[in-house]
Amino acid sequence: MPQPVLKGESMTDKRCEEVLEKHQKEKGNIISLLQNIQEVFGYIPEDTVFWFSRELNIPASSFYGVATFYAQFYLKPRGKNIITACCGTACHVKGSGPIINKIREELKLPEGETTSKDGKFTVESVACVGACSIAPVFIGNKKVFGKMTIEKASEMLKGIDKGKGA
Amino acid sequence: MPAKKTAKKADIKDLVIRVCVGTGGLAAGSQEVMDEFGSQLKSHGIKAEIVKKCVNKTGCRGFCAKDVLADVILNDKSETYQLLTPEMVSRIVEEHIVNGSPVKEWLVGPEYHAFHDKQTKILLKQCGHIDPEDIDAYIKIGGYEGARKIFSLEPSEVIEEIRASGLRGRGGAGFLTGLKWELCSKAEGSPKYIICNADEGDPGAFMDRSVIEGNPHSVIEGMVIGGYAIGANYGYVYIRAEYPLAIQRLKIAISDARKKGFLGENIFKTKFDFDIKIKEGAGAFICGEETALIASIEGKRGMPRAKPPFPAHKGLWGKPTVINNVETLSTLPTIITQGAKWFSSIGTEKSKGTKVFAITGKIKNTGLIEVPMGMSLREIVYDIGGGCEKNCALKAVQTGGPSGGCIPASHIDMPVDYESLMAIGSMMGSGGMVVMDDTTCMVDMAKFFLSFTQNESCGKCTPCRIGTKRMLEILTRITNGKGREGDIELLLELGNSIKLTSLCGLGMSAPNPVLSTIRFFRDEYEAHIRDGICPAAVCKALRIYTVSVELCKMCGKCFKACPSAAIAWEKKQPAKIDKGKCIKCGACYEACPFNAIL
Ligand SMILES: Cc1cc2nc3c(=O)[nH]c(=O)nc-3n(C[C@H](O)[C@H](O)[C@H](O)COP(=O)(O)O)c2cc1C
Ligand code: FES
Repeated sequence: MPQPVLKGESMTDKRCEEVLEKHQKEKGNIISLLQNIQEVFGYIPEDTVFWFSRELNIPASSFYGVATFYAQFYLKPRGKNIITACCGTACHVKGSGPIINKIREELKLPEGETTSKDGKFTVESVACVGACSIAPVFIGNKKVFGKMTIEKASEMLKGIDKGKGA
Repeated sequence: MPAKKTAKKADIKDLVIRVCVGTGGLAAGSQEVMDEFGSQLKSHGIKAEIVKKCVNKTGCRGFCAKDVLADVILNDKSETYQLLTPEMVSRIVEEHIVNGSPVKEWLVGPEYHAFHDKQTKILLKQCGHIDPEDIDAYIKIGGYEGARKIFSLEPSEVIEEIRASGLRGRGGAGFLTGLKWELCSKAEGSPKYIICNADEGDPGAFMDRSVIEGNPHSVIEGMVIGGYAIGANYGYVYIRAEYPLAIQRLKIAISDARKKGFLGENIFKTKFDFDIKIKEGAGAFICGEETALIASIEGKRGMPRAKPPFPAHKGLWGKPTVINNVETLSTLPTIITQGAKWFSSIGTEKSKGTKVFAITGKIKNTGLIEVPMGMSLREIVYDIGGGCEKNCALKAVQTGGPSGGCIPASHIDMPVDYESLMAIGSMMGSGGMVVMDDTTCMVDMAKFFLSFTQNESCGKCTPCRIGTKRMLEILTRITNGKGREGDIELLLELGNSIKLTSLCGLGMSAPNPVLSTIRFFRDEYEAHIRDGICPAAVCKALRIYTVSVELCKMCGKCFKACPSAAIAWEKKQPAKIDKGKCIKCGACYEACPFNAIL
């Protein structure tokens, strides 16, 4: 079977080699390999999977199996700014739902999409970030915002856009 | 301006400021408060190194509702401030620390004391007191004494001690820890492993996070004790990637323990080797289940497998393995130092010791509490929790997360222990307690939990993969106002078969929230199906929106928000909703600044 070649700039290959080097200690552990890939690229590019599959002699399907099993792996590039909405019990009870809708609306995210068209924002949800006592909880670029309201959410978006947006 | 009065040197020596910097505290701005204390003290002429010594960070003390909290301890007298912001700090430094009179109106009130007084703190005792990033602080309060002590005992004696204490696993199932260890220590094969389960995935639970953030060394010490008892030289901590602060503190703690010779080769100058590795989870609830967790450490898809063989016989890499929860492990040092007898004197006949609960939801004092097993739910909700928010009526308390069930307000006097919770169709789970009042719809709640488990089902076994999907469809139908006669019976039948036939604990407990809400709130299901009404007015599709003429300020915001032109409005006229055109999207409800849409 012909092997797909790694497209794109040669940089990609070099970065892959570095990941491979780092990975020698934990041979065969696909999770940590994918974690390392994601750390470098921000997501799991398809090309890299084929590249590692060839280098390590592990079927690409195994990578795909693991990557799709765990919520932490992304197969598509993500936005510059990451908004994480908590959808845990406490946050749900305290009304995180309408706030998420509002945020998605402000960023004009179509149904089923998580990243805004301009690539500035990605809105994701997780089940409980473990800060339930200050529910509803949102995380904007790793900073935790507690006791969120619709008004505070708009402020948060504006703050992030001004501070970091291109 | 007169020259600033400098605090006397003697005072400063006796000054300790403790700021709570757990995840909750940080979100409320505790780092900024801490920095402000530092710079304010410095501006009063106090040397940087002294400031560094007396301004300490601590883990969470549980009362997260009033964060940022800080203790100011001056000449052995401790005062606690609540709801601090950086702007408040200068006045505290000026009046309290320099002039010696605390700022009374910012001190914690009676609810803070009520919250703490009824608790029995074993595990959380040090959280909120010591600096979690300082190993010497832990040693100073007797830390690592338990680990030191076990080396004068035979491993079998350690196991016997834990067995005699009656400690049961805090991860959910409540298996006797001593028994689990014994099985593993007698199992053939080497090396053996001990794993700390810090995958805390129950939404609504955060005690494991707080323990690791507030007192990481107690977990490490517990693992050393367990490792020695079962003869394991390697430990893993499997921790959720969603807990970055806990991971960071654990890393610091492990490296400090290595430097002291508490981890590594010949620990505590004995012949025993023991070291710990951190494994970050990749975001899957099912990986909290022990066999799935093992698969995940091995780098595979985290799918559970049928038991037996139990991990105690065939675990990580096929070797004998003990998996214990964070809370279980961090209880161990105290049991060793204080003795099994002391521990088993706390709690009920079959549930010994204390349990940490995360109380959240519609309750006044949200936070983390530790109470003796068997305390009544009433004491927890009313005495410690302060009752429902906004004085609404308590409807139910959900325990055990998505695997548990609801306890209706009518059962509020029941004791909280493993057996009583099981008997009422719920479970201890990891210790999340979500309080619900009459604005919570029980059908919606059941749907919420089921969509969580449905989403997290790994898909290996059919009853869980497809059964929960069918149940979710029925629940969705009911909350959308399209419920049919017989749906309740169908849910019961499906639920019970899924419980009986699923492969792992996830499927076996997934129907619990549905079954228990049907058991206690069947009338709410019936109201949705038969009368098309959601009694709590939560399910949007069942709501009938109207405008309150008294409250309406005629601003027209609802008119503009309505996507289906169902609202009639003219200037200086109250709005009116055409029920025929209304698509029940709720946009007007959210748009109204005066709560005039009912
Ligand atoms: C779906 C599922 C999720 C679980 N999640 C956790 C968890 O997040 N933390 C935990 O300690 N135990 C969890 N458990 C229980 C573990 O399988 C295991 O019983 C426990 O870690 C044993 O430790 P213990 O004896 O100290 O309680 C879960 C079980 C199931 C079935
Ligand atoms: S439910 Fe949102 S932080 Fe726990």
